[in-house]
Amino acid sequence: MVAISKIATGNGHGEDSPYFDGWKAYETNPFHPIDRPDGVIQMGLAENQLCFNFIKKWVMEHPEASLCSAEGVNKFEETALFQDYHGMPEFREAVAKFMGKVRGDRVKFDPDRIVMSGGATGAHEMVAFCLADPGEAFLVPTPYYPGFDRDLRWRTGVELVPVVCESSNNFKITRAALEAAYEKAKEANLRVKGLLITNPSNPLGTILDRDTLKGIVKFINEKNIHLIGDEIYAATVFMEPEFVSISEIIEEVECNRGLIHIVYSLSKDMGFPGFRVGIVYSYNDAVVSCARKMSSFGLVSSQTQHLIATMLSDDDFVDSFIVESKEQLFKRHKYFTLSLSQVGIGSLKSNAGLFIWMDLRKLLKEKTFDAEMDLWRVIINEVKLNVSPGSSFHCDEPGWFRVCFANMDDNTMEVALLRITTFMHKHNEAMVPRKLCRRASLKLSLSRRRDDFMSQNMMSPHSPIPQSPLVRART
Amino acid sequence: MAIEIEKPSSVRLSKVAISKTHGEDSPYFAGWKAYDENPYDEIHNQSGVIQMGLAENQVSFDLLEKYLEEHHEVSSSGKGAPGFRENALFQDYHGLKSFRQAMANFMEQIRGGKAKFDPDRIVLTAGATAANELLTFILADPGDALLVPTPYYPGFDRDLRWRTGVKIVPIHCNSSNNFQITPEALEAAYQSAESMDLKVRGILITNPSNPLGSTIQSSVLNDILDFAVHKNIHLVSDEIYSGSTFSPSEFVSIAEILRNRNYKDAERVHIVYSLSKDLGLPGFRVGTIYSYNDDVVTTARRMSSFTLISSQTQHLLACMLSNHEFTQNYIKTNRERLNKRYDMIIQGLKKAGIECLKGNAGLFCWMNLSPLLNEPTRQGELELWNIILNQVKLNISPGSSCHCSEPGWFRVCFANMSEQTLRVALQRIHKFMEQRKVCSVNQ
Repeated sequence: MVAISKIATGNGHGEDSPYFDGWKAYETNPFHPIDRPDGVIQMGLAENQLCFNFIKKWVMEHPEASLCSAEGVNKFEETALFQDYHGMPEFREAVAKFMGKVRGDRVKFDPDRIVMSGGATGAHEMVAFCLADPGEAFLVPTPYYPGFDRDLRWRTGVELVPVVCESSNNFKITRAALEAAYEKAKEANLRVKGLLITNPSNPLGTILDRDTLKGIVKFINEKNIHLIGDEIYAATVFMEPEFVSISEIIEEVECNRGLIHIVYSLSKDMGFPGFRVGIVYSYNDAVVSCARKMSSFGLVSSQTQHLIATMLSDDDFVDSFIVESKEQLFKRHKYFTLSLSQVGIGSLKSNAGLFIWMDLRKLLKEKTFDAEMDLWRVIINEVKLNVSPGSSFHCDEPGWFRVCFANMDDNTMEVALLRITTFMHKHNEAMVPRKLCRRASLKLSLSRRRDDFMSQNMMSPHSPIPQSPLVRART
Repeated sequence: MAIEIEKPSSVRLSKVAISKTHGEDSPYFAGWKAYDENPYDEIHNQSGVIQMGLAENQVSFDLLEKYLEEHHEVSSSGKGAPGFRENALFQDYHGLKSFRQAMANFMEQIRGGKAKFDPDRIVLTAGATAANELLTFILADPGDALLVPTPYYPGFDRDLRWRTGVKIVPIHCNSSNNFQITPEALEAAYQSAESMDLKVRGILITNPSNPLGSTIQSSVLNDILDFAVHKNIHLVSDEIYSGSTFSPSEFVSIAEILRNRNYKDAERVHIVYSLSKDLGLPGFRVGTIYSYNDDVVTTARRMSSFTLISSQTQHLLACMLSNHEFTQNYIKTNRERLNKRYDMIIQGLKKAGIECLKGNAGLFCWMNLSPLLNEPTRQGELELWNIILNQVKLNISPGSSCHCSEPGWFRVCFANMSEQTLRVALQRIHKFMEQRKVCSVNQ
């Protein structure tokens, strides 16, 4: 038997996390409204599918954006040959402009600081390779995206030290928490090279307020460590308060810009995860130069650069897209959270992202992560929803779940809500001796015909009114 | 403002970032720079530098464009864009099944059906650059070594070593036997690694060879595989130029060798492929790893998350490469045109009094200018190279940048330009050689 490397044989790939187990459950029995109405509904995948009609319209009206059309094929040869790791200038300009617009044009981005990567996944790994040696560490506030364990650590040998944030103050990143994490790293003999924040947050769906951001910038300057701001959800901020980017803060406070780096992508804001458009934007010239060379390992397909350059340089399209996307996310978020609250499920107050941070602490048998896993298994196997357990995000408190809401159509959303309602109804019945069911017609924020979303197969057995989408249970 | 005392190594970037292992200080890249600053253009800059240092295939684009013009269904923007959403969302690291199937078929066609490929063993990466690095991460630990025959593609110094921490130990080949890899050279390289306390984890061969422009013989492939079995190490065969052999019968893939052995010892063999050379699509970043080892396939697939192929590109190529008529015609026509180009440059060089290694594949020839060296050293070679770059205004790649142990050899690309430009280049070489003859006669 011929041996392979330690990296290959270890489990740094991170797929043993429950985050992925749910996906497996989904894959073996995926929901389909007609073929598999009892299948698992995927609510563990943070995708943005709400604006595709809007984008498709643009694509159909702009055949020149495709190299395959009669209008675009004249660019085929030069595009197919273009492998310069600087990236197409028009691509970088369009992305820089987009990033600026997403921040309300309060700040400008320099196209020459834009470096490509294989998605944000590739971007994070690349930044880690540039900033830290094997055995060194980054601080990361919890709860955080499970993929970081793989992206930042697997092939780089870099360690992650959690900055523990707590529900008692809505998971705020406090100075105390930062200091505690820094000390912990020191005690473990780990040299801290940087702090990685995700803003807007995955999985919380919240944004960092100005004071917190200023505090963070102060902290990293004092410790002389890098700050990596993952702003992949920047355009998904759908209501007040307004998003504040790291790029804005460094204009307002004293800061060594050589420490500041932003990771971005079009996977969430535009809903293009398949196109693998990752971006590293650094204010540090040496990092830009090094990252650019490393980008050879994960360049964006020139075919895709061409499409994106054409699309994002269309100012009218971009402006309307940003507005439309926020609106769709706002509506979906509002409907979802309102419906959940009506069956007694709360979530962290949020204004961004493609998910909510659902609070199921009171459903736990006991305040342990084992109980969280038990509940999670019930949700997957009985309620047939794939949601992501908080422990997979390194949350320090059991009972929280990330639930994605933007990766499905309205029909599927209704089915998911009905299942949750049914489950809560059963749960509430089990909790109290007397049940009192009130039928109520819920005023929907969407104007829709009832028949649009109610299919005969999905009727709740307990519903006294067959066409009522939701039953309000009173305990 | 107070002078800040820089804290030791706190804003320092990583060792990987600071190192020079990215390899861009090599003359291989310096020549490109000279070209970028003064590029030849048939109309606008006839005295500019002609780029002969870039192994691109531009001879068959018309075939691709014709296909696109006749197959609008390939565009995801046509007919109501039904596939756009699904395509934009597709980020599964297994890769589009139809694309993997099409790649497997294409690879089989290139090998004249003498080897079969299972689509489920194909792992997709953004280019062969990523594929080679990824395999290295999987097959070797930092500080271990891979054996690579010289001369080799300069990019390997970066791809195999930079972020992986793995070392390259050269298998020295020389002109006495047309740079073929011998069992003695393999053993010598292995011993050399051992003497440096380096653990050898595998051999990486490029077949057809870059920069030699020739295929590796069947008997040599068998020797190499036997060696790998004997030492219990891996064998990576980079077959990126497999579709660029001038005659289909002359290329033998490691896949055929394995088939002949009933796939015994296959679990140590891995093939790298890409569409950058055969189809001339380097910008699209299409690389693949084909491994006969299940653990390697699984791990490579997971690692490919860092370097997936754009789903838009997977879709386009799945359509194109599933069209059997198109691929048959393309492979045949491409071979013919490359052959014609090769003949043209070899004849032209011969007329100028320059010999090349007998080649039968690739986008370049391996030219012997050792008779022209002032001294038979690397320095002598670089001096000559400088003259060719700055006076003759041709960017060609010096053998030393390919780690060739014999000075005086140069890689000259011929498929990345029009026939007219190639004629101009040959005229310049002819003139240069004439002038040198005159000079030496007068001495």
